[in-house]
Amino acid sequence: MSLPPGLRRTPMAWAAAVMLASLVVLALVGPLVWGASADRPDASAVLQGPSVGHPFGTDNLGRDVLARVLTATRPSLLLALAAVLLGAGAGILLGASTAVLGRRARRLTAGLINLLLAFPALLVAMFLAVVFGAGAAGAMLALAAAGVPGFARLTQTLAAGVAGTDHLAAARVLGLGRLRLLGRHVLPNIAEPLLLSTTTAAGTSLVALSGLSFLGLGVQPPGYDWGQLLNQGLDRVYAEPLPALAPGLAILYAALAFQLLGEVLAGNAARRGPAPRTPAPTPAPWGSPRPKAGGGPAEEGLVLQVEDLHVELPTPDGPIRPVHGVSLALRPGEIVGLVGESGSGKSLTALAIADLLPYGARVSRRTLRLLGADLAALAPKERDRHLATGLAMIFQNPASALNPALRVATQLTEAVRAHRGASRAQATAEAAEALRRVALPPAVLRSRPHQLSGGQRQRVMIASGLMVRPGLIIADEPTTALDVTVQREITRLLSEIRRDTSAAILFISHDVALVGEFCESILVMYAGTIVETLPADRLADGARHPYTRALVASVPDLTADRDRPLPTIDGAPPDPLTPAPGCPFEPRCPRRRGHCADHTPPLEDLAADHRVACWYPVPVAADPETVAAS
Amino acid sequence: MTRGPTVSVPRLPRHPWTVFLGRRILRLFLSLAVVLTASFAMIRLIPGDPVRAALGVDAAPDLVAARRHALGLDTPFLTQYRHYLGGLLHGDLGTSLTTGTPVAELVRTRLPATLEIAGLAFLVTLAVALPGGLLVAVRTRDGRRPRSELAFTVVTAGLAGVPDFVLAAGLTALLAVGLQLLPVAGAAGVESFVLPVLALSLAPAAVLLRIVRMEALRVLGEDYLRTARSKRLSPARRYLRHAAPNTATAALTVAGSLLPALVAGTVLVEKVFAWPGIGSAMAQSVVAQDYPVVQAMVLVLGTTVLLAGLLVDVLLAVLDPRSAIREM
Ligand code: SF4
Repeated sequence: MSLPPGLRRTPMAWAAAVMLASLVVLALVGPLVWGASADRPDASAVLQGPSVGHPFGTDNLGRDVLARVLTATRPSLLLALAAVLLGAGAGILLGASTAVLGRRARRLTAGLINLLLAFPALLVAMFLAVVFGAGAAGAMLALAAAGVPGFARLTQTLAAGVAGTDHLAAARVLGLGRLRLLGRHVLPNIAEPLLLSTTTAAGTSLVALSGLSFLGLGVQPPGYDWGQLLNQGLDRVYAEPLPALAPGLAILYAALAFQLLGEVLAGNAARRGPAPRTPAPTPAPWGSPRPKAGGGPAEEGLVLQVEDLHVELPTPDGPIRPVHGVSLALRPGEIVGLVGESGSGKSLTALAIADLLPYGARVSRRTLRLLGADLAALAPKERDRHLATGLAMIFQNPASALNPALRVATQLTEAVRAHRGASRAQATAEAAEALRRVALPPAVLRSRPHQLSGGQRQRVMIASGLMVRPGLIIADEPTTALDVTVQREITRLLSEIRRDTSAAILFISHDVALVGEFCESILVMYAGTIVETLPADRLADGARHPYTRALVASVPDLTADRDRPLPTIDGAPPDPLTPAPGCPFEPRCPRRRGHCADHTPPLEDLAADHRVACWYPVPVAADPETVAAS
Repeated sequence: MTRGPTVSVPRLPRHPWTVFLGRRILRLFLSLAVVLTASFAMIRLIPGDPVRAALGVDAAPDLVAARRHALGLDTPFLTQYRHYLGGLLHGDLGTSLTTGTPVAELVRTRLPATLEIAGLAFLVTLAVALPGGLLVAVRTRDGRRPRSELAFTVVTAGLAGVPDFVLAAGLTALLAVGLQLLPVAGAAGVESFVLPVLALSLAPAAVLLRIVRMEALRVLGEDYLRTARSKRLSPARRYLRHAAPNTATAALTVAGSLLPALVAGTVLVEKVFAWPGIGSAMAQSVVAQDYPVVQAMVLVLGTTVLLAGLLVDVLLAVLDPRSAIREM
């Protein structure tokens, strides 16, 4: 037996194939080879234990148990297959025909099928086997009938998925008859999952048939199958365990063979769906090469000091470096905007600062100080406490960032209870106060997130951050998932918090207009590096990097001339898998020259608070300094 | 401080519960009607004469007639159905053809034993699969420990395929002779529960383990777990308080769907262990062709399954009102 094309030759697939092949061979040759000795009574060897001649002993007529088990492969398999094919055939026909029936008939049959499905198939099969009369045919029919509702429902569900597709609508428009529709368009589209279920059902059917025979409802003497042999073996299990063990092992072997086949087929079907998994890298959360503790010199009075931050992430195609060489610093009460396209590395920068990068990411940095403390120098426990109380993160989507199962009170109080040892009452009082700060009533404490609106949830997130009285708040696209009026409320709230608590805020956004309005200074990130830093008030007309210029030009509010069509930035950011030398913006840059492609421009001071990484910065007419320089 | 928009905290309106319970109970009654009718019809559908089959061909004709009369088989069909339902209302489940004792008596003495092993097996399934699945998910998340993951997949796939009665028979064969560690037949003492419960819960536990792991892996990738991480909560709190409750709905839904098969499995498993429950009574009466008993056992097992299903659904609705009620 060979594997169907497209099946992956995994060890599991091989095992399933070998087991099934051996069953098929046994079913074919078993009765020919062992049939005679299985049926030959031997009055001198009745009810014997294991011996050389009879490895699993003999039965009450002196027949060899092993030979009987091997011979019984054929009836056991055949009956099970017959039952599953009959049941699947009838069920699929029933389920598929409802797919092309009218609405009322469809609902009626669906309801009936659901009613029947409330009962376990084995119980239904037992019931029907009693009604049909004990015997191989009765048991087989009973089992087939018991399987019909399951297959009917599966077919209905699958067919409903196909029925909604354009493809079928088109066929219907062409005026194809219902039956043609069914045979040509519905069934072929759902054949694969149906085949998979039939395979799994074959195993279940074999076990159930053995169960019926075991009960005395299936194959009747003088015929025999595994279930009946098991029953006979169990009758004398206290004298001799092997005659019960042999048919049991046979059923188990067959059940596992089908189970394994189902597993392989299902895995194969799933594999064609999503992309392959990322291979697991070795974890090195705090970076390698690990810089010496202390890193760069500490600068007084900084909330956050990051120098030369690099992040490396594993991907299926090899490691990428989505952040390389980022440095930034925040003073108390300062709002700094970090702006860039998605994929520019801005969110990863934030996650690296907060030590929240995904598993497998590697970080290195010369300096990372939060509120004066070098994070690399702290013991893990202290570092956790320091990060938990010094830094608050506000994430993009408050709907998913809050735990749907926990009350707001729990989510607000848990950090201070864990890290400041606050009592429940004290923490709850603080939580009510934090909610008041974000203009929410204390009643919200008792709610769960799904009972709140999007804006309310983001306020809860902010309140949760405020609970620990952080020195730094990193807000990663906190308004992107919200509508425009709510966006304004949230940015206004953040400004107030900054004013009242003198916490510094690192505001990450792709929206250059929003950042320009709301922040004091701006960092522009492109392809993993910072390409320009400048005061917000110079953004509209003082930006010097061609990329910043292009970003600003793509926003109607920031350009003076509204009559011109909005320019968009042509091209795409560089592929992080194939880093090229030179300026990362070079392929898209209108000002590029030969030099740019080979030499990476460093981030250099233009003025006291304005730095740019470009060999040929855009001149600014109004700026006499620049005019003089060029 | 800004005055935000006035905040009202919406609650779920009251009527979804009424709708949910109403529909659910309607469905229960419809299913009960199916069971009742099926169990009633069974004895009438059997080819040949069930009374003669049970009493043997050489039974005295007047005894057969008396039994037929006692079963009401000599009256019109609808009258029989009315009598059957009326008898059920009064707790009359008929009389055994072989022993002559009331079936209700048999049910009363045997049902507790079945409910005990089925309930215990279900609890064991949950007790193994819920924490186990979460633990394996935590240890294999984001592609950690790929070997353990593979081993887990292969082993649970295998265990999920072990039929309960075959496992029961195997355990009996292994433990009956030689290793006399555990009682292999009858119900006497706590130890006698071990093997039946093990046989009934192994495969469901393996199935549920896989589901819980998949579900827990999904939850561990959710944003709110990153939030919990950003709060530097302890792993115990992150996994037990933040992840576990969010896996409960899916886990319980699947567990509930495993329950009917588990109850049906008691018939075969009880037969193997000679467990004094409904299942073994059914197995015996099937062989003895004692149809009134079979009929009653089908009724009792079917009803048990339906009530267990109702219990699980209501529990789900309490745990997660939104999803459970929306699905109705
Ligand atoms: S360095 Fe050259 S390519 Fe890069 S932005 Fe400046 S002008 Fe453009």
